[in-house]
Amino acid sequence: MNSTESGRSSDSFVRKVELSFDRAQIEGLQTEVARELSARSFDDGAAFAVRLAIEEAIVNGFRHGNAGDPTKTVQFECEINQDMIRVDVVDQGPGFNPEGVPDPTDEANLEVPSGRGIMLMRAYMTEVDYLPPGNRVRMVYERTASS
Amino acid sequence: MTNEERKHIMAAQASRLKVSKVGAVTQVEFVDRNILDESNIQQIGEELAAVVDEVPTPMIMIRFGNVQHLSSAALGALITINNRVKGKEGKLRLAEIDPQIREVFKITKLDQIFQIFDDADEAMSSFD
Repeated sequence: MNSTESGRSSDSFVRKVELSFDRAQIEGLQTEVARELSARSFDDGAAFAVRLAIEEAIVNGFRHGNAGDPTKTVQFECEINQDMIRVDVVDQGPGFNPEGVPDPTDEANLEVPSGRGIMLMRAYMTEVDYLPPGNRVRMVYERTASS
Repeated sequence: MTNEERKHIMAAQASRLKVSKVGAVTQVEFVDRNILDESNIQQIGEELAAVVDEVPTPMIMIRFGNVQHLSSAALGALITINNRVKGKEGKLRLAEIDPQIREVFKITKLDQIFQIFDDADEAMSSFD
């Protein structure tokens, strides 16, 4: 990891890390997030949702935002508390307009092999917003009565 | 890439699939519990393509019993394989998918293009 910060204030866990496109590093981060969610009694469904959304956001950052340039990094920031997890994923690209991505669930697109990452993030997280200029995605998962 | 080139490359790597024949059906299982890594997904796609290309009319069942997580890139690889099987008028069945992953197929509406079965026996019967 190129740089990392982590810490706790009361029951809040905060993590900021610069990622390179390295599977072991991403897996380590996912394990850490899962551990923090479990420590706050978020259920398996929440853990699955958050893991999937983080995976898609990071891979999108490297593949599309950074256009696969291995010298570029992705910034990962998260805050976890008893009520929610907030994740920001920032790539080094120029940003994009997510509204321009075709709906992969349209019948005409069902057999197209790509373009499902953003819709999965939106389906599994409570909020997903791309912040100007479009290279920062902010995702929030709020605890529900069942999670 | 020719079949020979593909076989040569795959022979140099540890396989990401367990492949077995049950009658005319090729059963495929994944070695990995998490199908996320881009290079692994690419390899899985190439290995599945080789399975499809092995026979004129492929009948393939993919068992997901071991799989806990998969990404949209993995879904993409499965769609590519489904298109390849359809192109040869073959049959592809998916079975033993974890309920959370099955939900991913439902959300993406991919349950409309894949034939998904709860268990392997049911999937095998569907080839008749």
